[in-house]
This record gives sequence, structure tokens and C-alpha cells, in this order.
Amino acid sequence: MSGFFGKYAALRKRNAIYAWDRAKRMKVCYAFLLPYAILFFVFYILPMLSSIFYSFTYYNILEPARFIGIQNYTNLILQDDVFLTAVKNTFLIAVITGPVGYILSFGFAWFINELPRWVRTFAVLVFYAPSISGNAYSVFSMIFRGDAYGWFNAILMKLGIIHTPELWLSNPATIMPVLIFIILWMSMSTGFLAFVAGLQGIDRSQYEAGYVDGIRNRWQELYYITLPNMKPMLLFGAVMAITQSFNVADVPMALAGFPSTDYAAHTVVVHLFDYGYTRFEMGYASAIATLLFLVMILCNKLIQNALRRVGT
Amino acid sequence: MSVTNQASAHHMKAVSGRKRRPNRSIAGDILIWLMLVIVACIMALPLVLAISSSLKPLDELFRFPPTLFPRHPTLDNFADLTVTMGQSWVPFSRYLLNTVVITVLGTFGHLLIASMAAFVLAKYDFPGGRTFFNIVVVALMFNGYVTAIPNYITMSHLHIIDTIWSIVLPAFAAPMGLFLMKQFMEGLPISLIESAKLDGAKEFRIFWSIVMPNVKPAWLTLITLSVQGLWNTRASAVIYSEGKKTLVYALQQIQAGGVARTGQAMAVIVVVMIVPIITFIFSQSQILETMASSGLKD
Repeated sequence: MSGFFGKYAALRKRNAIYAWDRAKRMKVCYAFLLPYAILFFVFYILPMLSSIFYSFTYYNILEPARFIGIQNYTNLILQDDVFLTAVKNTFLIAVITGPVGYILSFGFAWFINELPRWVRTFAVLVFYAPSISGNAYSVFSMIFRGDAYGWFNAILMKLGIIHTPELWLSNPATIMPVLIFIILWMSMSTGFLAFVAGLQGIDRSQYEAGYVDGIRNRWQELYYITLPNMKPMLLFGAVMAITQSFNVADVPMALAGFPSTDYAAHTVVVHLFDYGYTRFEMGYASAIATLLFLVMILCNKLIQNALRRVGT
Repeated sequence: MSVTNQASAHHMKAVSGRKRRPNRSIAGDILIWLMLVIVACIMALPLVLAISSSLKPLDELFRFPPTLFPRHPTLDNFADLTVTMGQSWVPFSRYLLNTVVITVLGTFGHLLIASMAAFVLAKYDFPGGRTFFNIVVVALMFNGYVTAIPNYITMSHLHIIDTIWSIVLPAFAAPMGLFLMKQFMEGLPISLIESAKLDGAKEFRIFWSIVMPNVKPAWLTLITLSVQGLWNTRASAVIYSEGKKTLVYALQQIQAGGVARTGQAMAVIVVVMIVPIITFIFSQSQILETMASSGLKD
């Protein structure tokens, strides 16, 4: 047994020496990385690590944090009914808007790519419009307003489909469908722009070569040429889709109220915001964030593995 | 990439420019156009609605049934906005300047710092590089609400609270920009860098005059996203002095004025959107411009 560990240690040591040698030869790489690495550590890693630490404490921002072990986590999972509702809602939103939004933004980026040049610029602008101003979704508070001034109600009443205004954003039965629609509508964002830019970078001669090699329609072209070329952007888009679909909070809070009727639009991040900023229980909020983070990493891992197989 | 290769690529482009693209059925084209037009109408809604509402007089804003376009378009809302802003204690130009400085500095700093890091992560295999990149991607997913408090504490230790650095420095290291740049740089052929090395170019030269021009779509996209984010910063948690506040923050004070200021609030939305939209249109047209003539991959 000790022989095994000895060998292992020797191997690790040799690897470490080898890596150190390489690192010394590639000093310039670290020089390039340094400015970013310092700022990234100070403003992203440090707060992240302290949040994870706070998740094991009782921390109300004013008093110093008090270590309480995994009590936040056990309370969260075993006692917090609202959290379970929030988890259910978040998964519903993520499972629908994540994949659908991702596929839609790639699909539309691909369609737009076929258009003549000036139409293309305009089309990208129109599709990106919901993301361009930070709170464009507030137009939906006008559209789905509960009284007869709301557009949707007005249209339905004009058509005679309903006779009294419907409370779209207060009725627990209708909140979720409306929210999912709005989030999908907003999904042409960062990933979409990366797809648009990425599609422009694919070398045209590859398509010509594919044509000679017997690729017959746009779907084959998509699968054998476009998708393999787009892999880095597809990975980027996937991470952005996961980040956005699991972190939904602003839209339900702004439109369905905070808290929403029967917690029908309560997502994990809304729950986190509730504990962090209205009850000032930062430790508990940090535990929520850490759990969500772990789920997202797992989800990311699965998707990255799936994407690696695309077009091969 | 050889000269003949380039010439043939240009030749092919010239040919395909005149003819229909191969592999495209007319039925498919019609279907795609139809779908694009229908969805575009829904997507354009916030822009159309914001602009049309900003042109409506007050009585039309609360009409039943609501109208999509103003019947008597007026610029009153914008005129009211200048009056309201003219009465503020800190001049409008001061807010504008603050936001412009934050946006310009933050965007270019971020572009340079993140691109440099992305360059070595994408094109050199050095110990720790891959791990570092994975950490950056993962950090993207951690929720911002809970990190706000530790971040504030760090910033107060660094004495940058109530200065523009509290917005600009974190913006420099935003994980999304590095991720984006790295993904685009990954696609560049390694031979491009090796041939430059043989010509005796140093790393910074390779980065600046070979890699960066070839990922123009990436950094134009990054500029769009960064400008949009920074232009809309409210920064209400880290900046307190009235004279240092941002334009969006000041304008939102007007929006908070309630129902009577609905018209002005709409005008605010339009005014705030102008700069991101101009940047957007400029960068998008540039992306489509440059890439039409590239035949880089070998």
C-alpha cells in the first residue's frame, strides 16, 4: 500500500516539476492573464467564496456571521415549503424556456443569416429588441393588465371571447403560462448575438466544397457544415441559456408582484431575494444560491457533454 | 493561406453573389421569410410601443381601447422632459458625462483585458490555463444578489465606494466577455499564429495585429453587450454623491413620478435606448461588412 502511495507521490512530483518548467517557459501567457486574473479574483471569486462560506452561518449583514453548520441547508430542504414551490416553478421555467429559447435563438440567427445584408442588420435589431432596453418586459404589464385597459383583455373583449377582464398576472392558473411566454420572448439575447456573429465567420468555401461533395439540402448543410463550425458559440450559448433560465427573478417580481398570488410565480432566485433583501438573512440566501449553483453546474456538465457529440 | 486559395475564394463569392445559393428550395425560403416576418412583429413590440407611447399626448395614453399608434403625435413629452431635467440641482450634462465616462472606460478596458486573457487561454496550452477557464465559466452562473454584499465589503476596503471604479473595475473582469472572446479565438487556425511567430512577431504583436482583426465579429458583439450593460447601470448601491450619479438613475427618478408623468417616462425609455441602439446598429453592420470578404480558415 505504501509503495503505491510512494509511486503516486513521485508521479505527482514529477508532473509538478514538469508543469513548473513549462510554466516558466510560458511566462508571457501568465503576463497576459494577470490583469484579468487579479480583477476576476477580487470581484468574482472572492465574493463567491465568501457567499459559500456564509451559507454555513447565520448572517444578517449587521452582526458578524455566526457559524451554524449545515442548518441552513437542512431547513431549506426539510422545512421550507415555499422553497419547494419555488424549485418546482424554477424547474418548469428552466426546462421549457432554456431549451426552447436556445433552439429558437439559434434557429432565428440561422434564418437571418440567409437574408440580404441590410435586411439582416435590421432583422437582428428587431429580434434583439426585447433585450436592448433592460426592462422591456414592462410593456407586458400594459398588455396583460388586469383591467379593461389591458391590451390583451381589450382585444379578447372586442372579439367577444371573454366578457369581463381577466386578471392574467394575479390568477395562479394563468401566471405561469404568461411568464413563460414573456421569458421566451426575451430569450434572443446574448447567445443569439453570438450565433449571429459566429455564423458570419464560417468560411463560404466550405459550403461550396460541401455542395461538390453532394450535400443536397439546407438541413444536411446545417448538420455537416454549420453546426460543427459553430461548436464554440453553441457552447457559449448553452451556458448563457442555463444562466438565464435558472436565474429568472426580475420578470416575475416586476409583473406578478412580490410575493405573487399563492407563490405561483415564486422562483428560487425570488426566494433568495426575499431572504437576502427583505428579511436580511444572508446566510440562508447564500445557501439557496449555493444549491442553485450546484444544480446549474451539473446541468452545464450534461449539456457540454451532449454538445461535444454534435456533427460528428 | 496561399494567394491562389484567396483568389479562388473571391472567385466563388463573385459567382455565388449572382446566382441563387445552392441547396435552397424556394418553398423553404418562403416559409422562412413568413416565419421571420410574423415573429419579428411580436419581437418589435417593445420598441414600437415605447416610441409610439412617447409620442402620445396624455389623454391618448389612457384611452380605451388602447391604440398602437398615436392619433395626434406630439413631442410634448420630450419637451416636458427637458424642462424637468433643467430644474434638477445637478445639471443634466453632468449625469450624461458620468454615464459616458463609465461606458467608454468600462467597455474598452474590458475589451482589452478580457481579450488578452482569452487569447492565451484559447491559443496556448499552459499549466493552469484550462482550470482557470473552467472557473471563469462556472463563475458566470453564481447568483449576483448574494455576492453583492461581500463585493461591497471588498470595495469599501479598497476605498472605491462612491467612485466610478466601483462599477468600472468589476466590469473589466466580467466573465461573459472572456468566455465570448475565447470561444471565437478558438476557431482561428493555429498556423496563423505559428507563421507569425516564424516571422519573429512577439506575443503582443500576434495578439494585437493578427488575432484581434480576425475576431472582429466577436469584439464588436462584446462592445454591443458591454455598452448596453454599462449604459443602463443604475449603480444606486455603490454611488451616493448626486454629482456622480448615472444618467439612467437620474432619469428613473422622473419615471418614479407616477401616473402624471407616464408620458415623460415613455420619453425617458426612448432617450435611454438611443445610445445602445446606435452602437448596436453600427456594430452589426460592421460585422456583416467585414465577414463578407473573409476566407480565413485553411
